[in-house]
Amino acid sequence: MLILGIALAGAVGAPARYLLDGYVQARARGRLPMGTLVINVSGSLVLGFLTGLALYHAFPATPKTVLGTGFCGAYTTFSTFAYEAVRLAEERELSGAVRYALASLVLPALAAAAGMALAAR
Amino acid sequence: MIEDGGAVARIEQEESEFQPAGGIQAQSGVLVAIAIGGALGALARYGISRWIHVATDTFPWATFWTNIAGAFVLGLFLTVAIERFPARRFPRPFFAIGFLGAFTTFSTMAVETVTLIKDGVALLGVVYLLVSIVAGLLVAFAGIVTGRAVARRC
Repeated sequence: MLILGIALAGAVGAPARYLLDGYVQARARGRLPMGTLVINVSGSLVLGFLTGLALYHAFPATPKTVLGTGFCGAYTTFSTFAYEAVRLAEERELSGAVRYALASLVLPALAAAAGMALAAR
Repeated sequence: MIEDGGAVARIEQEESEFQPAGGIQAQSGVLVAIAIGGALGALARYGISRWIHVATDTFPWATFWTNIAGAFVLGLFLTVAIERFPARRFPRPFFAIGFLGAFTTFSTMAVETVTLIKDGVALLGVVYLLVSIVAGLLVAFAGIVTGRAVARRC
């Protein structure tokens, strides 16, 4: 059951990332991959919240793993982030690459902390 | 916008690596390919997290190796795919966006970092985050360079 749940959640999370990325990129100005950043920040917020629910409110392990490992894990992505940052740098957009990497370093972690704090209330 | 004018740049102008072109029918096939890849990627990551045991308040090696491996393979795969078979419709949605996108994860890394900090091993948390990002960028670059070498030779 758990395996099936993770697979289904992954099958929802990855297309959700693709669709939201397209939506955000179509509206973003400049060359920064805002779509991936929005996805990684929002997914970290949700996973932080789920982790907080499990920690402080005894949210059961199975739905936490399905939604957290399955959905949030598949929705957010590390490989795309790394590829985009390197390609930006290669296209002589070094300052953009640095800003993108720094934002990705700080913002998802802050969002995860905020999600956990929200669940602790 | 892109100055080198190479094969990669031309394709990027038409359709980005992560947003293939196509109508509604092509789009639904692409979504199915991404969903199947996403399911497999999430399962593979879960399998690794069960296989590499990480004790509480220690370096999260399972997520680290998953992300590093995925970042290298994505750089390699996308470079070869774009240079050698740019017209194929499904390899990139299935493997790059679906499988590798779902296999690697940013949210788990963020929550692991915050958990380490909250548990009083803040330095380890910060080191984990920094090392993951820097190593991820380095291996993505290595993957792209390897991909160019592979694409030239086959």
